[in-house]
Amino acid sequence: MRGNNWKDYQKQIADDHYYYARSCIRQNFFPGSEKAFLDIMHNDLGKEFLDDPRHSSCTGIGYHSDVVPLETTMTVVARQFALMNEAGYENFTTSCITSFGIYTEILSTWNEFPETEERTRENLYKATGREFAKPRSIAHTSDVMYHFRDEIAAKAKHRLVNVSTGEPLRVVEHIGCHYAKIFPKAGVGGSEFPYVLAGMIESWGGECIDYPERRHCCGFGFRNYLVQANRGYSIANSQKKLESMAPYKPDFIVANCPGCTMFLDKWQYAIAEMEGTTYGQNGQGIPVLTYEEMAGLVLGYDPWELGMQMHQVNVEPLLDKMGIEYDPSAKYLGRKGRYIGQPESSVVNAGCSKTVYDIRE
Amino acid sequence: MAAINFGYTISKPRAIDIDRNNLRKSDEILREMPELQACIGCGACTAVCTAGCLTDFNIRRVHTLVRRGEYKGLYEELNKCMLCGKCRLVCPRGINTRGVIMLIKRKLGDF
Repeated sequence: MRGNNWKDYQKQIADDHYYYARSCIRQNFFPGSEKAFLDIMHNDLGKEFLDDPRHSSCTGIGYHSDVVPLETTMTVVARQFALMNEAGYENFTTSCITSFGIYTEILSTWNEFPETEERTRENLYKATGREFAKPRSIAHTSDVMYHFRDEIAAKAKHRLVNVSTGEPLRVVEHIGCHYAKIFPKAGVGGSEFPYVLAGMIESWGGECIDYPERRHCCGFGFRNYLVQANRGYSIANSQKKLESMAPYKPDFIVANCPGCTMFLDKWQYAIAEMEGTTYGQNGQGIPVLTYEEMAGLVLGYDPWELGMQMHQVNVEPLLDKMGIEYDPSAKYLGRKGRYIGQPESSVVNAGCSKTVYDIRE
Repeated sequence: MAAINFGYTISKPRAIDIDRNNLRKSDEILREMPELQACIGCGACTAVCTAGCLTDFNIRRVHTLVRRGEYKGLYEELNKCMLCGKCRLVCPRGINTRGVIMLIKRKLGDF
């Protein structure tokens, strides 16, 4: 019975020639991740991706915050598909979970209500003079990484193993809600047993932790965060997850959604500053990685090239556990060795808070 | 602690965690008045309540909270009851609701 269910939740992921749609927020939060993904796919696996500078935001955040109407979102999405057609590609990949949710939602809407699709075609033609065909396959970039996990494992320079004890690293995997909770069949393993990150972790030598709040939301929730008065709900969700996972002593968290990675990382800082609580070992926070960073470390990329100095929770304890060599003095050097500035000491990194400020002043 | 004021705090969950709540008093009340298990939570008692017309007293809510082990502030709440007994007349399960109020007050005197 379970075997049959599992078959329903497998998805077709194309083997090569993808159109790459970037995320609007990731490049601020984790600026090295998208470049790392393209480098890994192109240089290590020899896959072809078109990183098109013409495509725009999918308007997902505006849509979920009720400032962009659905019709506009549909037309913008139709334009992305038109650009993909013009470039001669059929396999659409997106780097953002919100976008992935938007694309699957809109394709499903067009499927259920063909008249909506016709109206979108008309809107797009009136606005830009373009026409579009729907993509042959649509995948999140973590699906693509999952698809090639064994190839990456074969080229691995480091494994997700604690080099001093030989034990597998204990990893918390967090899947963005919009990956499969809206359309369970759009994701590998559906919404209850998503295997996309767990598959990567297992192939690369780590061990997944199953803890009570594993499928709980990270707390982003768009309006819960965007309105300052609501942020208490957002941080409470992250705290619930962190409290639930802490007794299992995870070595790091990996997420496939820009918002989740951001909030599980940044809220650890805020909770530590407000309540003095940290959830990792030795009084520090739990490092939070994107799946590209995890793949990059496995393939032997330099952690500072992957942009890991931009994390709120320091990643050095994890790098030491994995036996990765890094230059501590190069951490805050940007392009051409230019110093990019350094954050103040904070409670979440087992330091003390030097800055006492009041946001209302 | 609170070294930094970000302009918001961490909201506390409103979920009732029965595993964490102390259900000793609740169980005692149920033992002394087993008919409470017949309550279907219809709210007829609250609908006819005279005290409920004048204040925000809600017997159905009080009973539910007691059964879940949330006792805080309920004794003061029950002081609003005038013990008129109209609730007892309308209860479809024939529960002695006035007796329930007296019993809960006796048991929750400490809270």
